[in-house]
Amino acid sequence: MTDIQGDWPLYEVFVRGKRGLNHVHVGSLHAADDEMAVRHARDVYTRRNEGVSIWVVRSDAITASSPDEKDPLFAPSGDKVYRHPTFYDIPSDVPHM
Amino acid sequence: MTLAPEADESELRAVFEATIERHDRIEPRDWMPEAYRKTVIRQVAQHAHSEIIGMQPEGNWITRAPSLRRKAILLAKVQDEAGHGLYLYSACETLGVSRLELTEMLINGKQKYSSIFNYPTLSYADVGTIGWLVDGAAICNQVPLCRTSYGPYGRSMIRICKEESFHQRQGYELLATMMRGTDEQREMVQESVNRFWWPALMMFGPPDDDSPNTAQSMAWGIKRNTNDDLRQRMVDMTVPQAKALGVTLPDPELRWNEERQSHDFGSPDWDEFKDVITGNGPCNTQRIAHRRRAHEDGAWVREAAMAFAARGAEA
Ligand SMILES: [Fe+2]
Ligand SMILES: [Fe+2]
Repeated sequence: MTDIQGDWPLYEVFVRGKRGLNHVHVGSLHAADDEMAVRHARDVYTRRNEGVSIWVVRSDAITASSPDEKDPLFAPSGDKVYRHPTFYDIPSDVPHM
Repeated sequence: MTLAPEADESELRAVFEATIERHDRIEPRDWMPEAYRKTVIRQVAQHAHSEIIGMQPEGNWITRAPSLRRKAILLAKVQDEAGHGLYLYSACETLGVSRLELTEMLINGKQKYSSIFNYPTLSYADVGTIGWLVDGAAICNQVPLCRTSYGPYGRSMIRICKEESFHQRQGYELLATMMRGTDEQREMVQESVNRFWWPALMMFGPPDDDSPNTAQSMAWGIKRNTNDDLRQRMVDMTVPQAKALGVTLPDPELRWNEERQSHDFGSPDWDEFKDVITGNGPCNTQRIAHRRRAHEDGAWVREAAMAFAARGAEA
Protein backbone atom coordinates (compact mmCIF):
# COMPACT_ATOMS: atom_id res chain seq x y z
CA MET A 1 0.00 0.00 0.00
CA THR A 2 0.94 3.62 -0.08
CA ASP A 3 3.78 4.74 2.10
CA ILE A 4 2.44 6.36 5.24
CA GLN A 5 4.44 9.56 4.64
CA GLY A 6 3.09 10.04 1.14
CA ASP A 7 -0.32 10.78 -0.31
CA TRP A 8 -3.41 8.74 0.39
CA PRO A 9 -4.24 6.46 -2.55
CA LEU A 10 -5.92 7.98 -5.59
CA TYR A 11 -9.54 7.08 -6.39
CA GLU A 12 -11.61 7.72 -9.50
CA VAL A 13 -15.15 8.98 -8.87
CA PHE A 14 -18.25 8.15 -10.91
CA VAL A 15 -21.59 9.84 -10.28
CA ARG A 16 -25.09 8.88 -11.44
CA GLY A 17 -26.79 12.22 -12.08
CA LYS A 18 -30.28 10.85 -11.75
CA ARG A 19 -32.19 7.62 -12.07
CA GLY A 20 -32.11 6.31 -15.61
CA LEU A 21 -28.59 7.59 -16.37
CA ASN A 22 -25.24 5.81 -16.26
CA HIS A 23 -22.59 6.63 -13.70
CA VAL A 24 -20.21 9.08 -15.35
CA HIS A 25 -16.59 9.77 -14.44
CA VAL A 26 -16.35 13.17 -12.72
CA GLY A 27 -12.78 13.31 -11.45
CA SER A 28 -10.54 11.86 -8.80
CA LEU A 29 -9.56 12.35 -5.18
CA HIS A 30 -7.37 10.93 -2.44
CA ALA A 31 -8.66 8.87 0.46
CA ALA A 32 -7.22 6.44 2.98
CA ASP A 33 -9.81 3.77 2.23
CA ASP A 34 -12.96 3.05 0.20
CA GLU A 35 -15.40 4.36 2.77
CA MET A 36 -13.54 7.64 3.13
CA ALA A 37 -13.40 7.91 -0.65
CA VAL A 38 -17.21 7.82 -0.83
CA ARG A 39 -17.51 10.48 1.87
CA HIS A 40 -14.95 12.73 0.19
CA ALA A 41 -16.61 12.20 -3.17
CA ARG A 42 -19.89 13.40 -1.71
CA ASP A 43 -18.25 16.58 -0.37
CA VAL A 44 -16.11 17.32 -3.41
CA TYR A 45 -18.35 16.30 -6.31
CA THR A 46 -21.97 16.53 -5.15
CA ARG A 47 -22.41 19.77 -3.17
CA ARG A 48 -25.44 20.72 -5.29
CA ASN A 49 -27.42 17.52 -5.73
CA GLU A 50 -25.35 16.52 -8.74
CA GLY A 51 -25.92 12.87 -8.03
CA VAL A 52 -28.10 10.13 -6.60
CA SER A 53 -25.37 7.50 -6.46
CA ILE A 54 -21.58 7.46 -6.28
CA TRP A 55 -19.04 4.81 -7.30
CA VAL A 56 -15.41 5.04 -6.29
CA VAL A 57 -12.60 2.78 -7.44
CA ARG A 58 -8.88 2.87 -6.77
CA SER A 59 -7.17 4.35 -9.82
CA ASP A 60 -4.57 1.58 -9.82
CA ALA A 61 -7.36 -1.00 -10.25
CA ILE A 62 -8.38 0.39 -13.64
CA THR A 63 -7.14 -1.23 -16.82
CA ALA A 64 -7.28 1.06 -19.84
CA SER A 65 -6.63 0.68 -23.51
CA SER A 66 -3.45 2.41 -24.51
CA PRO A 67 -3.71 5.53 -26.68
CA ASP A 68 -0.95 4.07 -28.88
CA GLU A 69 -3.17 1.11 -29.74
CA LYS A 70 -5.92 3.40 -30.94
CA ASP A 71 -6.00 2.14 -34.50
CA PRO A 72 -5.59 -1.62 -34.07
CA LEU A 73 -7.88 -1.78 -31.00
CA PHE A 74 -10.74 0.09 -32.57
CA ALA A 75 -10.24 -1.13 -36.13
CA PRO A 76 -12.76 -4.00 -35.82
CA SER A 77 -15.58 -1.48 -35.34
CA GLY A 78 -14.16 1.15 -37.70
CA ASP A 79 -14.51 -1.01 -40.82
CA LYS A 80 -17.99 -2.34 -40.08
CA VAL A 81 -20.04 0.58 -41.31
CA TYR A 82 -23.02 -1.76 -41.82
CA ARG A 83 -23.49 -1.64 -38.03
CA HIS A 84 -24.88 1.90 -38.40
CA PRO A 85 -28.44 2.55 -39.53
CA THR A 86 -27.30 5.20 -42.01
CA PHE A 87 -25.59 2.43 -44.05
CA TYR A 88 -28.97 1.42 -45.49
CA ASP A 89 -30.80 3.32 -48.23
CA ILE A 90 -34.52 3.42 -47.60
CA PRO A 91 -36.86 5.37 -49.91
CA SER A 92 -37.79 8.62 -48.18
CA ASP A 93 -41.53 7.98 -48.53
CA VAL A 94 -41.40 4.84 -46.34
CA PRO A 95 -42.75 5.97 -42.94
CA HIS A 96 -41.54 5.21 -39.39
CA MET A 97 -38.02 4.08 -40.37
CA MET B 1 0.71 -3.89 -29.26
CA THR B 2 1.19 -3.46 -32.99
CA LEU B 3 2.72 -0.03 -33.12
CA ALA B 4 6.51 0.12 -33.22
CA PRO B 5 7.66 0.29 -29.59
CA GLU B 6 9.66 3.46 -30.02
CA ALA B 7 7.47 5.39 -32.41
CA ASP B 8 9.66 8.11 -33.71
CA GLU B 9 9.40 11.33 -31.68
CA SER B 10 8.75 13.46 -34.75
CA GLU B 11 5.74 11.26 -35.57
CA LEU B 12 4.38 11.64 -32.05
CA ARG B 13 4.93 15.36 -32.22
CA ALA B 14 3.05 15.53 -35.51
CA VAL B 15 0.06 13.73 -33.93
CA PHE B 16 0.17 16.12 -30.96
CA GLU B 17 0.32 19.18 -33.19
CA ALA B 18 -2.49 17.95 -35.41
CA THR B 19 -4.66 17.45 -32.31
CA ILE B 20 -3.98 21.02 -31.18
CA GLU B 21 -4.61 22.27 -34.72
CA ARG B 22 -8.06 20.63 -34.77
CA HIS B 23 -8.83 22.28 -31.40
CA ASP B 24 -9.20 18.78 -30.05
CA ARG B 25 -8.15 17.92 -26.49
CA ILE B 26 -4.92 16.40 -25.25
CA GLU B 27 -5.63 13.63 -22.73
CA PRO B 28 -3.38 12.38 -19.91
CA ARG B 29 -1.98 9.27 -21.60
CA ASP B 30 -1.23 11.02 -24.90
CA TRP B 31 2.32 11.82 -25.85
CA MET B 32 3.04 15.51 -25.32
CA PRO B 33 6.16 17.66 -25.53
CA GLU B 34 7.88 18.03 -22.17
CA ALA B 35 7.55 21.82 -22.36
CA TYR B 36 3.77 21.50 -22.84
CA ARG B 37 3.51 19.22 -19.82
CA LYS B 38 5.55 21.65 -17.71
CA THR B 39 3.53 24.66 -18.82
CA VAL B 40 0.21 22.98 -18.04
CA ILE B 41 1.49 21.78 -14.66
CA ARG B 42 2.65 25.30 -13.80
CA GLN B 43 -0.62 26.94 -14.84
CA VAL B 44 -2.98 24.38 -13.28
CA ALA B 45 -0.96 24.20 -10.05
CA GLN B 46 -0.93 27.98 -9.75
CA HIS B 47 -4.66 27.98 -10.33
CA ALA B 48 -5.24 25.25 -7.72
CA HIS B 49 -3.06 27.02 -5.16
CA SER B 50 -5.03 30.23 -5.75
CA GLU B 51 -8.30 28.49 -4.91
CA ILE B 52 -6.82 27.05 -1.72
CA ILE B 53 -5.06 30.21 -0.53
CA GLY B 54 -8.13 32.16 -1.65
CA MET B 55 -10.12 30.60 1.20
CA GLN B 56 -8.11 32.58 3.76
CA PRO B 57 -9.07 36.23 3.17
CA GLU B 58 -12.78 35.38 3.25
CA GLY B 59 -12.52 32.62 5.81
CA ASN B 60 -11.28 35.37 8.10
CA TRP B 61 -14.87 36.66 8.37
CA ILE B 62 -16.86 33.44 8.81
CA THR B 63 -17.01 33.67 12.60
CA ARG B 64 -17.95 37.36 12.43
CA ALA B 65 -20.62 37.29 9.74
CA PRO B 66 -23.37 39.83 10.47
CA SER B 67 -26.22 37.29 10.26
CA LEU B 68 -26.85 33.58 10.06
CA ARG B 69 -27.87 34.01 6.42
CA ARG B 70 -24.59 35.69 5.51
CA LYS B 71 -22.64 33.13 7.50
CA ALA B 72 -24.25 30.17 5.73
CA ILE B 73 -23.58 31.79 2.34
CA LEU B 74 -19.96 32.60 3.14
CA LEU B 75 -19.34 29.12 4.50
CA ALA B 76 -20.76 27.56 1.32
CA LYS B 77 -18.68 29.89 -0.85
CA VAL B 78 -15.43 29.14 0.95
CA GLN B 79 -16.22 25.42 0.82
CA ASP B 80 -16.69 25.73 -2.95
CA GLU B 81 -13.22 27.28 -3.25
CA ALA B 82 -11.79 24.23 -1.46
CA GLY B 83 -13.63 22.07 -3.98
CA HIS B 84 -12.21 24.11 -6.87
CA GLY B 85 -8.71 23.59 -5.52
CA LEU B 86 -9.32 19.84 -5.30
CA TYR B 87 -10.70 19.54 -8.87
CA LEU B 88 -7.63 21.38 -10.14
CA TYR B 89 -5.13 19.42 -8.07
CA SER B 90 -6.55 16.19 -9.42
CA ALA B 91 -6.35 17.56 -12.99
CA CYS B 92 -2.73 18.50 -12.35
CA GLU B 93 -1.91 15.06 -10.95
CA THR B 94 -2.89 13.43 -14.25
CA LEU B 95 0.37 14.94 -15.58
CA GLY B 96 2.47 12.88 -13.22
CA VAL B 97 3.02 15.23 -10.30
CA SER B 98 1.80 14.14 -6.85
CA ARG B 99 -0.47 16.05 -4.48
CA LEU B 100 2.21 16.07 -1.84
CA GLU B 101 4.75 17.57 -4.25
CA LEU B 102 2.26 20.25 -5.22
CA THR B 103 1.53 21.15 -1.60
CA GLU B 104 5.24 21.29 -0.86
CA MET B 105 5.96 23.50 -3.86
CA LEU B 106 3.29 25.89 -2.60
CA ILE B 107 4.53 26.12 0.97
CA ASN B 108 8.16 26.31 -0.12
CA GLY B 109 7.37 29.18 -2.46
CA LYS B 110 8.44 27.24 -5.58
CA GLN B 111 5.02 27.74 -7.18
CA LYS B 112 2.88 30.85 -7.10
CA TYR B 113 -0.76 31.68 -6.51
CA SER B 114 -2.80 34.70 -7.55
CA SER B 115 -1.45 38.01 -6.25
CA ILE B 116 -4.95 39.11 -5.19
CA PHE B 117 -5.01 36.86 -2.12
CA ASN B 118 -2.09 38.70 -0.58
CA TYR B 119 -4.31 41.66 0.21
CA PRO B 120 -6.09 41.80 3.58
CA THR B 121 -9.86 41.81 4.14
CA LEU B 122 -10.50 44.74 6.47
CA SER B 123 -14.30 44.89 6.65
CA TYR B 124 -17.31 42.73 5.86
CA ALA B 125 -17.84 44.82 2.72
CA ASP B 126 -14.68 43.11 1.43
CA VAL B 127 -16.60 39.82 1.34
CA GLY B 128 -19.01 41.47 -1.08
CA THR B 129 -16.29 43.15 -3.11
CA ILE B 130 -14.33 39.93 -3.44
CA GLY B 131 -17.41 38.09 -4.69
CA TRP B 132 -18.22 40.84 -7.17
CA LEU B 133 -14.76 41.83 -8.46
CA VAL B 134 -12.41 38.97 -7.63
CA ASP B 135 -14.78 36.14 -8.51
CA GLY B 136 -15.92 38.36 -11.41
CA ALA B 137 -12.36 38.55 -12.72
CA ALA B 138 -11.98 34.82 -12.13
CA ILE B 139 -15.08 34.17 -14.26
CA CYS B 140 -13.68 36.33 -17.09
CA ASN B 141 -10.52 34.32 -16.97
CA GLN B 142 -12.10 30.91 -16.53
CA VAL B 143 -14.92 30.86 -19.07
CA PRO B 144 -12.50 30.72 -22.06
CA LEU B 145 -10.41 28.13 -20.19
CA CYS B 146 -13.30 25.66 -20.47
CA ARG B 147 -11.94 25.21 -24.03
CA THR B 148 -8.30 24.87 -23.02
CA SER B 149 -6.40 22.14 -24.86
CA TYR B 150 -5.64 19.94 -21.86
CA GLY B 151 -8.76 17.80 -21.32
CA PRO B 152 -8.75 17.38 -17.52
CA TYR B 153 -8.07 21.10 -17.01
CA GLY B 154 -10.97 22.08 -19.27
CA ARG B 155 -13.34 19.68 -17.51
CA SER B 156 -12.37 21.13 -14.10
CA MET B 157 -13.01 24.61 -15.47
CA ILE B 158 -16.51 23.68 -16.66
CA ARG B 159 -17.37 22.39 -13.21
CA ILE B 160 -15.88 25.50 -11.55
CA CYS B 161 -17.62 27.97 -13.86
CA LYS B 162 -20.99 26.47 -12.97
CA GLU B 163 -20.32 27.32 -9.33
CA GLU B 164 -18.75 30.76 -9.77
CA SER B 165 -21.92 32.54 -10.72
CA PHE B 166 -23.27 32.04 -7.19
CA HIS B 167 -20.07 33.56 -5.83
CA GLN B 168 -20.33 36.69 -7.87
CA ARG B 169 -24.04 37.19 -7.30
CA GLN B 170 -23.90 36.75 -3.54
CA GLY B 171 -21.12 39.37 -3.42
CA TYR B 172 -23.02 41.85 -5.53
CA GLU B 173 -26.20 41.32 -3.53
CA LEU B 174 -24.28 41.88 -0.29
CA LEU B 175 -22.93 45.19 -1.59
CA ALA B 176 -26.33 46.23 -2.95
CA THR B 177 -27.84 45.58 0.49
CA MET B 178 -25.20 47.75 2.14
CA MET B 179 -25.73 50.49 -0.44
CA ARG B 180 -29.40 50.62 0.62
CA GLY B 181 -28.29 51.03 4.25
CA THR B 182 -26.71 53.93 6.13
CA ASP B 183 -24.16 56.48 4.88
CA GLU B 184 -21.56 54.66 6.90
CA GLN B 185 -22.34 51.40 5.14
CA ARG B 186 -22.16 53.09 1.74
CA GLU B 187 -18.77 54.48 2.68
CA MET B 188 -17.60 51.03 3.69
CA VAL B 189 -18.54 49.71 0.25
CA GLN B 190 -16.80 52.55 -1.59
CA GLU B 191 -13.69 52.21 0.54
CA SER B 192 -13.58 48.49 -0.14
CA VAL B 193 -14.03 48.95 -3.90
CA ASN B 194 -11.25 51.56 -3.87
CA ARG B 195 -8.86 49.03 -2.34
CA PHE B 196 -9.80 46.06 -4.54
CA TRP B 197 -10.29 47.60 -7.98
CA TRP B 198 -6.66 47.75 -9.07
CA PRO B 199 -5.58 44.45 -7.51
CA ALA B 200 -8.58 42.82 -9.27
CA LEU B 201 -7.37 44.15 -12.64
CA MET B 202 -3.88 42.83 -11.87
CA MET B 203 -5.35 39.32 -11.60
CA PHE B 204 -5.13 38.97 -15.39
CA GLY B 205 -1.36 39.16 -15.17
CA PRO B 206 1.20 41.55 -16.64
CA PRO B 207 0.48 43.56 -19.80
CA ASP B 208 0.88 41.60 -23.05
CA ASP B 209 4.18 43.22 -23.97
CA ASP B 210 5.61 42.01 -20.64
CA SER B 211 4.13 38.49 -20.69
CA PRO B 212 6.77 36.28 -22.32
CA ASN B 213 4.86 32.97 -21.96
CA THR B 214 1.58 34.09 -23.48
CA ALA B 215 2.42 33.46 -27.16
CA GLN B 216 3.50 29.85 -26.62
CA SER B 217 0.59 29.14 -24.27
CA MET B 218 -1.84 30.45 -26.88
CA ALA B 219 -0.18 28.48 -29.68
CA TRP B 220 -0.73 25.35 -27.60
CA GLY B 221 -4.31 26.31 -26.85
CA ILE B 222 -3.61 26.31 -23.10
CA LYS B 223 -4.59 29.98 -22.89
CA ARG B 224 -7.30 31.24 -25.19
CA ASN B 225 -6.99 35.04 -24.73
CA THR B 226 -4.23 37.49 -23.88
CA ASN B 227 -4.06 39.16 -20.47
CA ASP B 228 -4.94 42.58 -21.86
CA ASP B 229 -7.95 41.24 -23.80
CA LEU B 230 -9.38 39.71 -20.66
CA ARG B 231 -8.66 42.83 -18.61
CA GLN B 232 -10.55 44.94 -21.15
CA ARG B 233 -13.46 42.53 -21.05
CA MET B 234 -13.55 42.77 -17.26
CA VAL B 235 -13.60 46.58 -17.31
CA ASP B 236 -16.38 46.68 -19.91
CA MET B 237 -18.47 44.21 -17.93
CA THR B 238 -17.94 45.93 -14.59
CA VAL B 239 -18.64 49.57 -15.45
CA PRO B 240 -22.43 49.19 -15.81
CA GLN B 241 -22.54 46.99 -12.69
CA ALA B 242 -20.75 49.70 -10.68
CA LYS B 243 -23.21 52.26 -11.99
CA ALA B 244 -26.20 50.16 -10.95
CA LEU B 245 -24.63 49.71 -7.54
CA GLY B 246 -23.91 53.42 -7.13
CA VAL B 247 -20.16 53.15 -6.52
CA THR B 248 -17.30 54.91 -8.29
CA LEU B 249 -14.42 52.93 -9.75
CA PRO B 250 -11.23 54.67 -8.58
CA ASP B 251 -9.78 55.46 -12.00
CA PRO B 252 -9.79 59.07 -13.26
CA GLU B 253 -8.89 57.86 -16.76
CA LEU B 254 -11.87 55.54 -17.06
CA ARG B 255 -14.17 56.65 -19.90
CA TRP B 256 -16.17 55.26 -22.80
CA ASN B 257 -14.37 55.27 -26.13
CA GLU B 258 -16.98 55.55 -28.86
CA GLU B 259 -14.53 54.59 -31.60
CA ARG B 260 -13.37 51.40 -29.93
CA GLN B 261 -16.81 50.68 -28.45
CA SER B 262 -14.93 49.93 -25.24
CA HIS B 263 -13.73 51.71 -22.14
CA ASP B 264 -10.36 53.39 -21.90
CA PHE B 265 -8.83 52.93 -18.48
CA GLY B 266 -5.66 53.64 -16.52
CA SER B 267 -2.79 51.29 -15.94
CA PRO B 268 -2.46 49.32 -12.71
CA ASP B 269 0.68 49.93 -10.69
CA TRP B 270 2.86 47.19 -12.15
CA ASP B 271 5.65 47.82 -9.65
CA GLU B 272 3.23 46.99 -6.87
CA PHE B 273 2.19 43.86 -8.80
CA LYS B 274 5.80 42.70 -9.11
CA ASP B 275 6.37 43.38 -5.47
CA VAL B 276 3.35 41.30 -4.45
CA ILE B 277 4.16 38.31 -6.66
CA THR B 278 7.74 38.24 -5.47
CA GLY B 279 6.55 37.85 -1.89
CA ASN B 280 6.34 41.39 -0.56
CA GLY B 281 2.58 41.95 -0.55
CA PRO B 282 0.83 42.80 2.69
CA CYS B 283 -0.15 39.20 3.54
CA ASN B 284 2.19 36.82 1.65
CA THR B 285 4.02 35.59 4.74
CA GLN B 286 0.84 35.09 6.72
CA ARG B 287 -0.94 33.18 3.92
CA ILE B 288 1.88 30.70 3.43
CA ALA B 289 2.52 30.31 7.16
CA HIS B 290 -1.15 29.45 7.66
CA ARG B 291 -1.14 26.89 4.85
CA ARG B 292 2.06 25.35 6.16
CA ARG B 293 0.63 25.10 9.66
CA ALA B 294 -2.54 23.41 8.39
CA HIS B 295 -0.42 20.91 6.43
CA GLU B 296 1.90 20.13 9.33
CA ASP B 297 -0.81 20.03 11.98
CA GLY B 298 -2.81 17.66 9.78
CA ALA B 299 0.04 15.18 9.34
CA TRP B 300 -0.98 12.97 12.28
CA VAL B 301 -4.55 12.77 10.94
CA ARG B 302 -3.35 11.61 7.52
CA GLU B 303 -1.06 9.05 9.13
CA ALA B 304 -3.71 7.78 11.55
CA ALA B 305 -6.20 7.33 8.70
CA MET B 306 -3.63 5.30 6.75
CA ALA B 307 -2.85 3.16 9.78
CA PHE B 308 -6.57 2.56 10.33
CA ALA B 309 -7.06 1.64 6.66
CA ALA B 310 -4.09 -0.74 6.79
CA ARG B 311 -5.57 -2.48 9.83
CA GLY B 312 -8.95 -2.78 8.09
CA ALA B 313 -7.22 -4.39 5.10
CA GLU B 314 -5.56 -7.02 7.32
CA ALA B 315 -8.72 -7.96 9.22
FE1 LIG C 1 -13.02 29.35 -7.21
FE1 LIG D 1 -15.17 31.66 -6.47
